[in-house]
Amino acid sequence: MQFMLLFSRQGKLRLQKWYVPLSDKEKKKITRELVQTVLARKPKMCSFLEWRDLKIVYKRYASLYFCCAIEDQDNELITLEIIHRYVELLDKYFGSVCELDIIFNFEKAYFILDEFLLGGEAQETSKKNVLKAIEQADLLQENIDFQMRLFAGNFGGKPNNPCCSIRSVALDVNSPPQGQQKQHPSNINTDFEVTGLLFSLISQPSCLK
Amino acid sequence: MGRGPSPLTQRLLLLLLRRAASAAPDKMPAVSKGDGMRGLAVFISDIRNCKSKEAEIKRINKELANIRSKFKGDKALDGYSKKKYVCKLLFIFLLGHDIDFGHMEAVNLLSSNKYTEKQIGYLFISVLVNSNSDLIRLINNGIKNDLTSRNPTFMNLALHCIANVGSREMAEAFAAEIPRILVAGSVIQLLAPLSAADQPIRAVVLVVLHHGQREGVVTAATSLITTLAQKSPDDFKTSVSLAVARLSRIVTSASIDLQDYTYYFVAAPWLSVKLLRLLQCYPPPEDAALRGRLTECLETILNKAQEPPKSKKVQHSNAKNAVLFEAISLIIHHDSEPTLLVRACNQLGQFLQHRETNLRYLALESMCTLASSEFSHEAVKTHIETVINALKTERDVSVRQRAVDLLYAMCDRSNAKQIVAEMLSYLETADYSIREEIVLKVAILAEKYAVDYTWYVDTILNLIRIAGDYVSDEVWYRVIQIVINRDDVQGYAAKTVFEALQAPACHENLVKVGGYILGEFGNLIAGDSRSSPLVQFNLLHSKFHLCSVPTRALLLSAYIKFINLFPEVKATIQEVLRSDSQLRNADVELQQRAVEYLRLSCIASTDILATVLEEMPPFPERESSILAKLKRKKGPGNLPDIDDTRRSVNGNTEHNNNNTETTAKVSSDLLALSPAPSAGASLLVDVFSESSAPAAADVYEDNFARFVCKNNGVLYENQLLQIGLKSEYRQNLGRMYVFYGNKTSTQFLSFTASVGSPDPLNTHILHPVDPTVDGGAQVQQILNIECLSDFTEAPVLNIQFRYGGTLQSIAVKLPIMLNKFFQPTEMMSQDFFQRWKQLGAPQQEVQKIFKAKHPMDTEVTKAKIIGFGAALLDGVDPNPANFVGAGVIHTKSTQVGCLLRLEPNTQAQMYRLTLRTSRDSVSQRLCDLLSEQF
Repeated sequence: MQFMLLFSRQGKLRLQKWYVPLSDKEKKKITRELVQTVLARKPKMCSFLEWRDLKIVYKRYASLYFCCAIEDQDNELITLEIIHRYVELLDKYFGSVCELDIIFNFEKAYFILDEFLLGGEAQETSKKNVLKAIEQADLLQENIDFQMRLFAGNFGGKPNNPCCSIRSVALDVNSPPQGQQKQHPSNINTDFEVTGLLFSLISQPSCLK
Repeated sequence: MGRGPSPLTQRLLLLLLRRAASAAPDKMPAVSKGDGMRGLAVFISDIRNCKSKEAEIKRINKELANIRSKFKGDKALDGYSKKKYVCKLLFIFLLGHDIDFGHMEAVNLLSSNKYTEKQIGYLFISVLVNSNSDLIRLINNGIKNDLTSRNPTFMNLALHCIANVGSREMAEAFAAEIPRILVAGSVIQLLAPLSAADQPIRAVVLVVLHHGQREGVVTAATSLITTLAQKSPDDFKTSVSLAVARLSRIVTSASIDLQDYTYYFVAAPWLSVKLLRLLQCYPPPEDAALRGRLTECLETILNKAQEPPKSKKVQHSNAKNAVLFEAISLIIHHDSEPTLLVRACNQLGQFLQHRETNLRYLALESMCTLASSEFSHEAVKTHIETVINALKTERDVSVRQRAVDLLYAMCDRSNAKQIVAEMLSYLETADYSIREEIVLKVAILAEKYAVDYTWYVDTILNLIRIAGDYVSDEVWYRVIQIVINRDDVQGYAAKTVFEALQAPACHENLVKVGGYILGEFGNLIAGDSRSSPLVQFNLLHSKFHLCSVPTRALLLSAYIKFINLFPEVKATIQEVLRSDSQLRNADVELQQRAVEYLRLSCIASTDILATVLEEMPPFPERESSILAKLKRKKGPGNLPDIDDTRRSVNGNTEHNNNNTETTAKVSSDLLALSPAPSAGASLLVDVFSESSAPAAADVYEDNFARFVCKNNGVLYENQLLQIGLKSEYRQNLGRMYVFYGNKTSTQFLSFTASVGSPDPLNTHILHPVDPTVDGGAQVQQILNIECLSDFTEAPVLNIQFRYGGTLQSIAVKLPIMLNKFFQPTEMMSQDFFQRWKQLGAPQQEVQKIFKAKHPMDTEVTKAKIIGFGAALLDGVDPNPANFVGAGVIHTKSTQVGCLLRLEPNTQAQMYRLTLRTSRDSVSQRLCDLLSEQF
């Protein structure tokens, strides 16, 4: 795989991961071109397209497009499942992941991707093992945080799911008090569709087994 | 997952609770997060609250200013703040803004001993830092520290970074380090981007593939082996049997055996695909037992495709089919088991009508390669109706494109007429983006499988009628070549174009073909009063004013041919040529043709006229220029070669000459009618940029000598292009950055730059330059240079590009000379003289006495000797006016010690230069190089 891009339906880039060294200019150009091409495609169209001398494999999950560029010899279907496995990993980690999670915890999204793919190749396809690695890393950092607070003499309550609460923070800021899910609150940039952002990427988590 | 309430409601509850509990004002989040960076979350919320793009930019600029001042401030930042700000920068970058600072702080985070800080540092580097950044050395240092830290988590981060960035620089820097860690056994990581195929890696990965218990590790190792096996297949031959064994274990396993590596009831799909991919690096195994086992595996995979699905989920079918398609690829790659090939074909045939668009797409794609195998070509052909149907009904253009490809690949003599007809009718409604390609394909098929050429001519004329704008010059050149070479079709062609030209509106390409063919063969239909010479002429001339200049020029040539063919219309044509609109045409080419043709027709006798304007001789046989064009368009790998040994148009056997472009100037002889001035023709000739390239220009070396004592500067400049150089050398290795600046405001097209170097030098271009260079833009190319042994000849840089239609070709001598591999050596007077004496043999010394070309300035001379690469030794020579230097020339094979002495004589304005080295060729070369500098 040469690179992976995550972008929203509005064409906003949410994550980019490059496995080939390219100049910033080149990366921007590619991103712009691809986002346009992919967004222009209709829902029922096939998930693969030829682009320059690469093959593009993309899939849409709720409001978010996952788009990978692979080489001529690579397998399209398995790449599609790489995307799906990544979404599953995000889903499991964040708990019914949605676009907001990825915006606010972009670094976590990167770390999870890094555990799963290395140099553009799937390195560990077991969901359990990847999540174990991420949890260990989280533990590592919570220990440090704990020590830091120990020094600062501050034993604040430790929320159980760190990521969840960050998003709650965001929602606090964004939305009027209650029942706001389905409306477009007026103070929100039209660019961000709140409903879209909150849709879980995998619509029925229960089928994930 | 089995939680009680849905996670979403759960979170909403949490949200409400938090809101109730906190008395904080609406705008500010009250909670302080343990692990999260509160500042970051607040910033992200702020950005998301911005109502307009302007507000967002304003907020971002404010934040950037804040971070900048924090980074610049006197107070040292603690790790946490640094991490937070670096994270903010990352977020801003992801929003699409440029980040031009903070890199240093990110690099500093690498040396933090807190995991999270280090992790963010690495994240920033892998997302944002370019491989040719100035910081690369610092980064490499940080990575190195972590690699040697003995802390497995830190080592992991470092390895991750190297693998993901995957740049050549990093690979070079750590190629030696990593195998060491690998063997140490503490960490096993995937090192695919690294090209070092060292013994230890080989041993380890093979062992892993054999014994590895963890499926994940094996998966990673397989990727590595595949990469390595592509580079040096012989070294990894043993992997074939291991891969087959693994594969067979997976294929036969029950779906639960592999536990976590079972994906939607498919056992280890990723690993299976990778193993099958690895096997494609090799021919079918020779060992019969192994081969049997592999065939068994492949059969099992094919069988499984027929079983009812274990799950309705698309993931299940995708994973299963991913393995199936990879297996089919392997079967096609081996191309040796007819039964498997036919089974594969049947399986794909089922997919052709599957309701999943993805599968239809892949089946069409995969069948394209099956069509080229002699075993399955017939089987593929049975699906022709389905494919034609796909062409008509598919809603997705990329699927239709695949269908066109497949039709092209499955075409042979038996179905050519049908396929060509279908493609032609599709062309009328085809998407603009793929029309040109279809036109090329139709033209090729029509030519290749034409039994009677009337069909061929009809097809091409239809092509021009339906999609004239997409008919490239190659296509109509080709039809003319063929008509000229086949005399049985000439009369028909003349009649057909004559009829086609009668249409009220016809495409300019048709006028071109018509003009040319009637000019040559109009006499063949002149007997009929409906197409008498005058009628023909009037018909052509009625189109004249609607055409572009090149077409008009062609028509003028057709007119003069008419004068030869039909003396009865001579007066009419002379009248036309004589008119002001021709003789005084603003276009030089048209004017010249009109004047010359008019004179020719007046002065020359009928005999001379007949000789000069004789029918064109047949064209020499060559690879179809259309085929070459299609190959260029698709890239060499993508186009299934329809087997080229079948009879071609001219009855000769065309051989597939490996995509070499025949150098014949395809069109120049076609268009430059003998008496015509060639300038206008060259307008058309230029279409064949590669083939009609002017002979390589003289090698430019004016600035060569300037670079003997320096490494940077402008190497070449003309009114279009400037070439600048920056280079650095260490021991026997060098790296040169070549900058190409487009001085014009127009794009350069098809820009290529290649280096031809003498044997003792290895030059390697890191990135090919982009084929287009925008006006005013500068592009960079990096050369890696390795000096194998001493040399005199410098490499030559060949540049070609098209500027405004003409091909430019420039050759410049690259200033890579022996002294670039000089390393200075400091030594004391005593040592110097001792060595000087050791190198006393007559052939080791070269001396030259020469006149000074520049003013004799001591400081300048010193700088030049240092720039030359030698160490300048003070106080060695008893005469302080003399200069003495020493150094070692590094080549891969040897190192040559060099001593030099330069004695100026200011009265006589002369120098005496003496070089002593252990090798006579080196002494000579260095003396030649240096003596030119003073």
